[in-house]
Amino acid sequence: MAGQTLFDKVWEHHVITERDDGQTLLYVDRHLCHDGSFNGFKRLRAAGRNVRRPQQTYATPDHYTPTHTSSIDALEDPRAREIVRAIDVNAADFGMHIFPWGDPRQGIAHVVGPEQGITLPGLVMVCGDSHTSTHGALGCLAFGIGASEVAHVLATQSLWQKRPQRMRITVDGELGFGVTAKDIILAIIRKIGAAGGTGYAIEYAGSAIRGLSIEARLTLCNMTIEAGSRTGMVAPDETTISYMRGRPYAPSGEKWEQALAFWRSLPSDSDAVFDREVYLDAADIAPMITWGNSPEDAVRVNEALPDPQLESDPDRRAAMAAAFKYMDLQPGMSMQDVGVDKVFIGACTNSRIEDLRAAAAVAQGRQAVVPTLVVPGSGLVKAQAEAEGLDQIFIDAGFEWRLPGCSMCVGMNGDLLQAGERSASTSNRNFKGRQGLGSRTHLVSPAMAAAAAVAGRFTDVRTLAKD
Amino acid sequence: MESFTRIEAVAVPIDIINCDTDQIIPARFLRHLPDDGGYENYLFHDLRFSKDGAAVPEFVFNQARYAGARIFVADLNWGCGSSRENAVYALVANNITCVIAPSFGDIHFSNCMKHGVLPVVLPRAVCDAMRADLHRTEGATIAVDLAAQTVVGPDGTEHSFEIGAFDKHRMLNGLDEIAMTREYDTEFDAFERKHAQAYNWL
Repeated sequence: MAGQTLFDKVWEHHVITERDDGQTLLYVDRHLCHDGSFNGFKRLRAAGRNVRRPQQTYATPDHYTPTHTSSIDALEDPRAREIVRAIDVNAADFGMHIFPWGDPRQGIAHVVGPEQGITLPGLVMVCGDSHTSTHGALGCLAFGIGASEVAHVLATQSLWQKRPQRMRITVDGELGFGVTAKDIILAIIRKIGAAGGTGYAIEYAGSAIRGLSIEARLTLCNMTIEAGSRTGMVAPDETTISYMRGRPYAPSGEKWEQALAFWRSLPSDSDAVFDREVYLDAADIAPMITWGNSPEDAVRVNEALPDPQLESDPDRRAAMAAAFKYMDLQPGMSMQDVGVDKVFIGACTNSRIEDLRAAAAVAQGRQAVVPTLVVPGSGLVKAQAEAEGLDQIFIDAGFEWRLPGCSMCVGMNGDLLQAGERSASTSNRNFKGRQGLGSRTHLVSPAMAAAAAVAGRFTDVRTLAKD
Repeated sequence: MESFTRIEAVAVPIDIINCDTDQIIPARFLRHLPDDGGYENYLFHDLRFSKDGAAVPEFVFNQARYAGARIFVADLNWGCGSSRENAVYALVANNITCVIAPSFGDIHFSNCMKHGVLPVVLPRAVCDAMRADLHRTEGATIAVDLAAQTVVGPDGTEHSFEIGAFDKHRMLNGLDEIAMTREYDTEFDAFERKHAQAYNWL
């Protein structure tokens, strides 16, 4: 019998029961909630049900919180104020953990989870947000769910799931100068497509992945959903273990030793079989930038934009033409000839301390020529950045230093582009209108975003760094 | 939950690859729930309406020939992106209770079934042909039968589709999933005891 994959091991540890048709009732170890989960709580209350395991439920507001002021009252829309406050009421009524607005630990759920050690190797974790795939970076099985499923997990601490197939994406070799985890995942999505991972659980492997820090792995796994897969995992290793040590909600003392033994049993067996294998050479990856309205529409920064006429599939050709029109770009042009109107550095993809350091390294001694927002992923990231003086580097460079939250990734709090404006953004989605009606989003790494901020147009950060 | 058994209705061809849930319902509407009203206008809002609020005549869903539609025939990766269940509320508010596509975003696929909206996967060539028929023939209808697991296209051809027995049973009968899950409480309690030992470090 073939060995087991990391995914199989975690899955099998969580099977409560399996029906004849393959539907599995899966146990949920830890459930993350955010202000946007209000809908799930409303459903729970309407059904007259309670939270089954409130001590395994953790909440923090992020989607609707303001970034320019600590006052919730400053939010213009009364409904937004109500939503941000509802999470406090739900946490109090049901007895869940909460990192409320104003708490130094508040932040984006996908930044707070790993940071607090709520996210741990070997767990099953869910959250009512598609970017829950982020947490798989620590070797857990984590996936996003809808509001009805949020209510279901609250009420039952479990979820019906069909076992996905397994895909391994191996990236071997050494990353070039200026190439980051953001560029790796954009290169992967370009290769397999925005639906390439649908129906699969992905494991990222290979020497280039093993060489990534945990924060970089979080960036990588974050965008797994943009390849169509709900869950992406990296096997726990010594990097994972040293990251987990001493985190508030991670095991300690004797339990820590027991955890280590367990975590070391999780990596895929050498004879494990995957349903699909994908390979990339790290040396082929350059700083990436998206040009269209799907994350699969990515090019190397120094590559000409593709020509729809060369696309044989008529529907895809039409989609490319529509994206060129919406984005006001032409086939064959260089992204380095395209100006930007605003820059956003933040989101669950790229708002951790290493991301801010990378952006600050570019910003230092330079001046932003377009409005640039830097939004740390949590209060603790913000405090760390300030302790390192990064906030001052940003402020001196004319960047705005904001409060933690999802901010301009999805603009629910009012941080938006105007119609027709073009952003360089470290977020994860370049969909039409994602950053506001008529907005044009280009996804890049934090260093590339900072480079665009100081140049006023897309720039190869590798060239800038040499100046 | 609403049940789904069989419908025969006008269908709308949606020729958009990777039609993400931000297109189905833009983020600024997510603060509202169906009880607040207005959901019928949120579906495809920014594709359907221009900035001044006027209906965009070219957009397929605005065309009178598709009035009374209950079915969408879409393209690859329908409903990818954000987990927002509000995308399904917007479909339901417009009486769309079935989406046929070559592939779906996984989360949206699950969300649909929570509200009696049947997601049907058929081969891409079949979906392409159906959309072409729907463009060509005004008033063309599609019949979807969940019990029989069949779709009869505008040209009269019958296609079978797959659905898990559990999901089918739940949708045919409009059953509440939480109540069904609580029938497994004995298994749940036994599992938790076992899990506490296997994960004694937690």
